[in-house]
Amino acid sequence: MRKLLSGDEAVAYGAWRAGVKFASAYPGTPSTEILEAFARLPNIYAEWAPNEKVAVEVGIGSSLAGVRTLVATKHVGVNVAADPLMTFTYTGVNGGFVLVSADDPEMHSSQNEQDNRLFARFAGMPLLEPSDSQEAYDFVAYALDLSERHDLPVMLRLTTRLAHSKTVVEIQEEALEPPVHSFRRDIKKYVMMPVYAVPRHKALLERLARVEAEAEESTVQRIEMQDAGLGVITSGIAYQYARELLPTASFLKLGLTYPPPLRMIRRFAKQVKRVLVIEELEPYLEEQVSALGIECEGKKYTSRLGELTPERLATALESANVKPAFHPVEGVPLPALSRPPVLCPGCAHRAVFTLLKKTGAHVFGDIGCYTLAALPPLEMVHTCICMGASIGNAVGVAKTGRSQKPVVAVIGDSTFIHSGITGLIEAVYNNARITIIILDNRITAMTGGQEHPATGKTLMGANTTRVDLEALCRGAGAKHVWRLDPIQNDEFETVLSESFRVDGPAVIIAEHPCQLYPVRQDRVPMVVDAELCNGCGACLRVGCPALVTTAELSSEGLPKVAIDAELCTGCQVCAWVCKPDAIKFPVGEEVAHG
Amino acid sequence: MDEVTSVLIVGVGGQGVILASEILAEVALKVGMDVKKSEVHGMAQRGGAVSSHVRFGPKVYSPLIGIGDADVILAFEALEAVRWAHYACADGVVLANELRLIPTTAFAVKGAKYPDNPFADLERAGYHAVKIPADQVARELGNVRLANTVLLGALSRHLEIPEETWIETIAARVPRKTVDANREAFRRGRAFLLYNE
Repeated sequence: MRKLLSGDEAVAYGAWRAGVKFASAYPGTPSTEILEAFARLPNIYAEWAPNEKVAVEVGIGSSLAGVRTLVATKHVGVNVAADPLMTFTYTGVNGGFVLVSADDPEMHSSQNEQDNRLFARFAGMPLLEPSDSQEAYDFVAYALDLSERHDLPVMLRLTTRLAHSKTVVEIQEEALEPPVHSFRRDIKKYVMMPVYAVPRHKALLERLARVEAEAEESTVQRIEMQDAGLGVITSGIAYQYARELLPTASFLKLGLTYPPPLRMIRRFAKQVKRVLVIEELEPYLEEQVSALGIECEGKKYTSRLGELTPERLATALESANVKPAFHPVEGVPLPALSRPPVLCPGCAHRAVFTLLKKTGAHVFGDIGCYTLAALPPLEMVHTCICMGASIGNAVGVAKTGRSQKPVVAVIGDSTFIHSGITGLIEAVYNNARITIIILDNRITAMTGGQEHPATGKTLMGANTTRVDLEALCRGAGAKHVWRLDPIQNDEFETVLSESFRVDGPAVIIAEHPCQLYPVRQDRVPMVVDAELCNGCGACLRVGCPALVTTAELSSEGLPKVAIDAELCTGCQVCAWVCKPDAIKFPVGEEVAHG
Repeated sequence: MDEVTSVLIVGVGGQGVILASEILAEVALKVGMDVKKSEVHGMAQRGGAVSSHVRFGPKVYSPLIGIGDADVILAFEALEAVRWAHYACADGVVLANELRLIPTTAFAVKGAKYPDNPFADLERAGYHAVKIPADQVARELGNVRLANTVLLGALSRHLEIPEETWIETIAARVPRKTVDANREAFRRGRAFLLYNE
C-alpha cells in the first residue's frame, strides 16, 4: 500500500514490519512521533521511559530477552544514554537492537546541533542514514538484521527534515515474526568487568571489521554513474538537495556510513574527475574520504552550521564553480515583524514568571515550554543548558555565595522526573539556599502532550501509579515543600517570599494543568473596561497573545487594550498587573468562574 | 525541477497550516504524483510563525522549496504573507487571507509595528498578491473555522487537480456534520478567484 508517511512514522511502521515488539523512548523533538505511531500498532509493547538512559537500559533488557527492540531519541538524548550505549557495543545484542537518533541541524527545537554520526563512530555502532521515508522504512529492517548478524546495536540517524517530512512509502500490511532466542546467561559476554570487558573490546573491533566488509557489498550503498566530470559523495537528506541541484552529476550515495565502505569510495573516486562531499554539519564523510588520500572538497563550500536548503546548497555549488540546476533568486525577504513562539494564553507558567519578575530573582531554567519566558517581554529565564540542569546550576550559584538576589531553579514536571531528581538530592545533601519551582502542568507539553510517570497514564493509555512529586521531594529530604496553584497569586507570592527566607532548599510545586494537553481547558474570557483602561501597557508586558491594542486612545494619548475572546482563558494574570483595574470578567461570569 | 509544483503554506501556530498541507499532499498523492511535504513541529507551535512546504510532480527530490521557487504561497494571515513572499517564483502568486493576527512582539518590542497595509507592501515589492476574505466568507457560512477550507478552495484554482478529489479528501478529514459546510466553503473559495482575477 502506498502511503504518505513522515520519517518518524516510517520508522515506526518499518520496525513493526520487521518484527519489533518492544520500544522505549523519552519524548524529544523531532523523534517524539516515532513512539506515538508505534504505540498505535497491534501486538507490541511501547512505553515512555523517564529518560533516554533508562530507555536504552530497558531496551538492552528487551534485546537480551531475544526480542527485536527499538529505542528512539532526539540527538541530545544520546548524550543522556551514552553510558549504557558505550558498553552495549562491547556486550552486543541478542534480539536486534536499533537506536534511532533524530538529529536537529538548524536547532529548530533544540539547544545544540551536535552531529550524532560522530557518536556512532565513538561508540562503535554501525550507522545507517536514510534519505527519505521509504528508506527510513526499509533501513530499520536492515538495521535489525545487521544488528543480529553482527551482534551489535545499530544507530539509524534521522534529521529534522527527514523526521518531519512526509514522503511516499510502500508499506507491507503484515509483520514478520523473526525467531526469538530467549535470554541465555553468558557471563563472559554480558558482565563487563575488566576481566571480561578486555576481550569484548577486541571482539567489538573484529565485529566492526566484519560490518565494514559487508558495507562494501551492501544494497544500501549506491553508485549512480552519469557525467564523470563531477562525483558527489553524500548521505541522508543532503542527497535529496544535491540530486535535485545536480541532475547530471555522478553520485556515490551512502546508506551505511559507519563503518564506511572504503574500497567503494576509492573505486568511485577513480571514475570521476572531481570529488565533492555534500553533507550537513560536521565533515564526517569528508574526513574519511580525505583520510584515504583522495582529493576531495566539502566544507570548503558548505557550512558546518545549520541545515542545508536548496538555496544554501546552490550558493555553495556556485562558489565551487559548479552550476546548479536552480539559482536562488536575489529576492530579499521583506521586513516583517517577528512572530516567535509564545506561552499559550492561560498558561500558568506566565503567572509564575510574572510573580518571579517582581522579586528580581536570578532564575536558572530548564528545557520545556517555560524556556520561552526567556524572550521579551518576560525575560525571566536566565539560563538553559540541558535537561535537568536548572537545579544544579542554581546550587552552584548559591554555593558561591555571590548572588545578591534570590536564586531560583524552574523545571517542568516531566523534566524534573527526567533528570531533576538527582539535582534536588544535591541541593538537599549540600544544603543549598535555593528555591526550586516545579512547574507541574501534568504533561510533557513542549513535545506535544505526552504522558509521563507523574501523570498516571502510560503511552499505551493504561492507568498507572502516579509518582507523587511532593512525597518524592520530602522523601529526598526537602523539609520545605509547598504545593499550590500559581493562579492563586496572593498565596503564591507569600509562599515565594517565604521560600527565599529558608536557609536551605525550598521546593514549590506550582500545579496547574496545561492549557492544551491532554484536553483544552474551559474558557471564560475576560474583558477590558475601555472607560477605565489608561493605555499604560502593563498588561501587554505579560506577553499574552490574547491582548491587543486598539485604535482608541486614552486621555494620555496611549492606545487602549482589548482582549481577544477567542484566545482568552480567564487566567487573570493581566488583571493582576492592571493598575486601574480595567480587566474584569463580564458581569455575571465572576460566580461561574468562581 | 520544472515539472515539480511547489506550494508554500504559511500562517500562525494553531491556525491549521499543517492540516491544510496534509490535505494538499494527499490530494496530490491521489492523482498519482510523487509528493513531499515538510515542516517543523515543536517550537514552531505555540503561536509562532509556521510554514509547510508541499512539492509534487512525477519525481520529487528536495522536500524543501528553494527561495524564489514557490509556484503558490498560501498565507493564512497577512503578515505571514509578507514574511514568506520572497519564496515566490517570478510568475508565482501569493494568495493571502486578509486576517490580521498581531504578534506579541508588536507590543513588547520598541518601535515594532504591524504593517498598516500588508497587501500594498507586497504589491510595491512586485509580488502578485491576491487578498482573500476567508474569515468573512467563513462567517457568512456560519462558522469561522471554515476559513481554511475557503483558502484551500482558492488554492485549488491554481493547481490542476480535479475538484472532486479535493472535496472527497477534505470530507474525510473534517467532522462528519460539517462535510456539507466544508464543501460549500471550498466552492466559495474556488469561485472567489474567478471573479477577482
